[in-house]
Order: sequence, then structure tokens, then C-alpha cells
Amino acid sequence: MSGILVIQEAGRNRISFEALAAGRVLSDLTGLPLEAAAVGDPNATIFVEFSGPPPAVAHAVQHPLLQQYTSDGYVLAFEQLIRKLEPSYILFPHTYQSRDYVPRLATRFGQVLISDVVAIQAGPAFVRQLFQGKMAGSYRHPGDGPCFLSIQAGAFPAGSPQAGTTTILPFEPQIEPAQIRTQPSAPFRGSTQTVDLGSAQRIVAVGRGIKDAVNLPMVQELATALGAEIAASRPICDAGWLPMERQVGSSGQSVAPKLYIAVGISGAIQHLVGMKASQCIVAINKDPDAPIFEVADYGIAADLFEVVPALTEAVNAAKS
Amino acid sequence: MKIIVCIKQVPERDAQVRIDPSGKWIDESGLQWALNESDAYALEEALQLKEKHGGEVVVLTAGPERAGSTLREALAKGADRGIHIACDDLAARDALGVARLLAAALKPEAPDLVLTGLQSDDLGLGQTGVIVAELLDLPHATLILQVEKTDTGLKVKRELEEGWFQSIELPTPAVLTIQSGGNKLRYATLMGIKRAKTKEVRPLTAAELAVDAAAVVLLDRIALPQKQKSTQMLPGTPKEAAAALVEKLKFEVRVL
Repeated sequence: MSGILVIQEAGRNRISFEALAAGRVLSDLTGLPLEAAAVGDPNATIFVEFSGPPPAVAHAVQHPLLQQYTSDGYVLAFEQLIRKLEPSYILFPHTYQSRDYVPRLATRFGQVLISDVVAIQAGPAFVRQLFQGKMAGSYRHPGDGPCFLSIQAGAFPAGSPQAGTTTILPFEPQIEPAQIRTQPSAPFRGSTQTVDLGSAQRIVAVGRGIKDAVNLPMVQELATALGAEIAASRPICDAGWLPMERQVGSSGQSVAPKLYIAVGISGAIQHLVGMKASQCIVAINKDPDAPIFEVADYGIAADLFEVVPALTEAVNAAKS
Repeated sequence: MKIIVCIKQVPERDAQVRIDPSGKWIDESGLQWALNESDAYALEEALQLKEKHGGEVVVLTAGPERAGSTLREALAKGADRGIHIACDDLAARDALGVARLLAAALKPEAPDLVLTGLQSDDLGLGQTGVIVAELLDLPHATLILQVEKTDTGLKVKRELEEGWFQSIELPTPAVLTIQSGGNKLRYATLMGIKRAKTKEVRPLTAAELAVDAAAVVLLDRIALPQKQKSTQMLPGTPKEAAAALVEKLKFEVRVL
């Protein structure tokens, strides 16, 4: 197979199908055929409920030692699958799991993963963010050997399910228990979640621009005026100014409220993936070049310490 | 325990980055530089492990001369010594090229534990630590918030997505990439800054490490990102902008 292989992640079906959609874009550009693969039972939803046109072939990778994810197990399994299929391009959804093992897998082939791709252009050229979203970099893979890519969430629409048949080919890699060096526990929740940001209709989120915890009540007042939940970008929760459960982004909650007001948030991609599906996004930031404005419907490029109190007042006035 | 922390100097968070005339990189003149944020958490974890279990903390960086100031900052916070791989073409090397430099410097040191931040704030590739683990044939774990020493090795707390975690046990030597927020960062004390001046920093060059510099993937050009939405900017004084926004939210978005 001199084609495109999309390695999906069972349980992360949506972002996996977005990676498949990116594979179709690349297939259209290069004329190469597209196949899918995943670890799991051939009856798993990842092999049967594709969004968009289903691939003609999917490889179901199965082994007792792959029941629980380990980087060693996955590297061994996919190294063998890739050596067998010899694809030209290998795509992954950009998840915590692929971040954990794909760089290692690519190194086995003397290759480098182009991670977190947001666009694929003629060439092919692969676009990813640099400098926390302040720049976009265009990457090329000029040499021989497979090109490894991981696809950012939300960058390629998965599409709606279409009729078609997928031939599922089982693949059993050779793995010895001694080759797996890490012992993972079952996943657990950090603390009992008392806030469900996912169901909030309005969210006011605060970022580094707030400068100090003593300034938070100002933002809380705006949230109260709007009947909104307060949320934050990661640094605010890292600093302990708000609990971790109020964090929006790839490591926190994903939200899609009717209104999302980002206060003093620059808009690093880890935050954007958690909120860019919001229906209306308002950004308040003193830096007019802040990446948050790229996803905002309305922007106010001014000092948040002046804008937020004025906005609270205007909201209260509109209500009365 | 001998711990080596791989750190990187990156443009300061609020730095205004501009594209240089080549279109392939940023204009570095006049930029302020800082220790990469998640690397600061990796250093903190290393210092706390040393306080609990004894041993040595070594900081390792690859970069041009200016990166020396970031090494000194780490020494001032409490690292025992530094290794500086002089490298003026860091941006031209891909992640594998940089990891090869680090691995070549790490190997003769035979550390029990290698720590690094989970990703850099400039390139954001999030791969260097994992590639180093593969090059040194060591087990690894990523996105780690807590590290505990056990009789057989380590028990670490790994962050998963959407508020989930797991613990992982692994033998040493090992490589861990550290997520931000697991610890409170310390500041350098005046005494620490004074002491740092006399601590050893061993210079190495990319040439003497004899690693392959040929990149497999190339950064062709950089550009300002494309807008995903047409943003309506609301001008005027803060008061005027706030009033305009409330109008929009009430009558166009109908969310008030």
C-alpha cells in the first residue's frame, strides 16, 4: 500500500473521524488511497459508524496486551502494521494518547511527527500553530519514508454518515509481556465535579490578563450580571485562583454555550479547542494581535480593567 | 537520585513576535527571553525530589549563547550544575535533531531520571522528551503532575483529557514530561542567585556530540494565522464599546 493510513482512537471517535476527514483532503491532493486502523474489536463503533464516507479498508489491531493503553504496546503494534502496509502518510487524531506514543513510533522510522496540524494545502504543506497561536508555520516532508501527522480537534469537519462498505482486516501484532515497561492504573476522576460547564448557556472565562486573584471579583460581577458561569484558562487554575473544574480547554472541559466571553485570554490552541464551538464568542484583550480574536465574533481591544466594569454596568442597565 | 532536567529558552510570553525578512523564522532582535513554562515545572519537580531523596539535579539546554542566562536562572533556583550545548541553528533542526543533541549529552551522564516540560511555548511540538526516551531506549510517561519514588522505580500521576487522571508505575531510569500546575513554582533567592555564579556549566558543542543535523521535516515559512471568523471589532472608549456590545448581544445575538 502506497497510501494514507489513518490510525484512529476508539472512544475518541469524533476527533478520529476528523482525522479521517483530513486523510480524505490529503487523498484528494495526492491521489493516494485511504485506509483506517485502530486498536479494538472489529465490532467496535470506530469500525462501523464512520462519519463521512467510510474507508474501503480498516485494520482491526488486536492483542491481549493492548487491552489497556501503554506507549510500549502501541509503538510495537503500529510499528509492525506500518512495516507491513508501508503507507506514505500516517495520520492520527491529536489526543493525549497520540502525543504519548506517536513521537516514539516516528523515531523508529527515523521520522518526525508533524503534530497538531490545522490545515493541509497543496504541496502537500501542513500548517500548524507556533508561538502559542501568534504565528502559523507551514511544514514540508521532503524525504523518503512515511510522513507522520497528527490532526488538531475541530480543524477538519468529520461530515455526516454515508452509506458504504468497509472491509475489516484483523491484524495481530507480536508483543511479549516483558516489552511493556509501564503499568498504568485505570483512569480516575480528580475530584467530584460540582460544576457542569458543558450545560451552561453563558460563560465568562478569565485568563492571565487578570494579573492577580484579587481582581477576580470584578469578573465574577460580570458573570453574575449575565447569569453566566465563571470559567478560566489553564494558568488561572494552575495558580490555584479558580478550581481545576472551571478550566476550559484540552485539559479541562469542552464547552459550546450560546455566549462565551473571553476576558484577558490570549487564545493558545489548548484553550481554543475547548471553546471555539461556542455560538457567539466575545474577546476582550488589550493586545489586538492576540490569537483569541481569530475565533471571536465580537472583539474589544482594550484594557480589561476598564472594559469589564463598563460592561457589567451596561448589562445591568439593559436588564432594568 | 541523579535527575537531569532538559530546559529551553523561549521568547517571553507577552513578547510581540514579528516575522523576519526570510519569512522562515521570527526576528529575534530585541526579544525578551524566558525559561519555558512547563520546563519550570519540570525543574521544580526535580528540586522537590532532591529535597526528599537527596542526589543531584543537573540542567541541560541546547541553544545559542543567550540560553546561558536561562541555565543560570535554573542554577539560582537550586540546580547543582548545568550543561550547555552551544547550538546557533536550533530553529533549523527538527525535533529529532534536537533530541539527538540532548540524548548524546545525556547518555554519558547516566541519569536515574530525565525530566522535561511537556511542550515548548515557541514551537509547541510536545515531542522532545518522548523522542529522547526512544533514543536512550528508556521507558517514558507524559503529562505528569506528580512523581513519587517507590522501591522498584516511580509512581506518577498522569493527566488525561477532560478532568481524568491515571497513575503509572515504571522502572528507572526513565523519562517524564511534566505538565504545568502540579507544584507551586519557587523563585530564586538572592543567595541562590549569588551561588549560581560559581556553579559549574559545562560547555559542549553540537560538533563534538557528532549528531546528524539533517532535518526530516522542514519549516518552510511562517505567517500570521488566518482568521477563522470575521471578527467585528467594537471601537471607542471602554464605555462606548461595552454599550455597543450589549446592543449586539441583545438585538443581533439575542442572548440577553
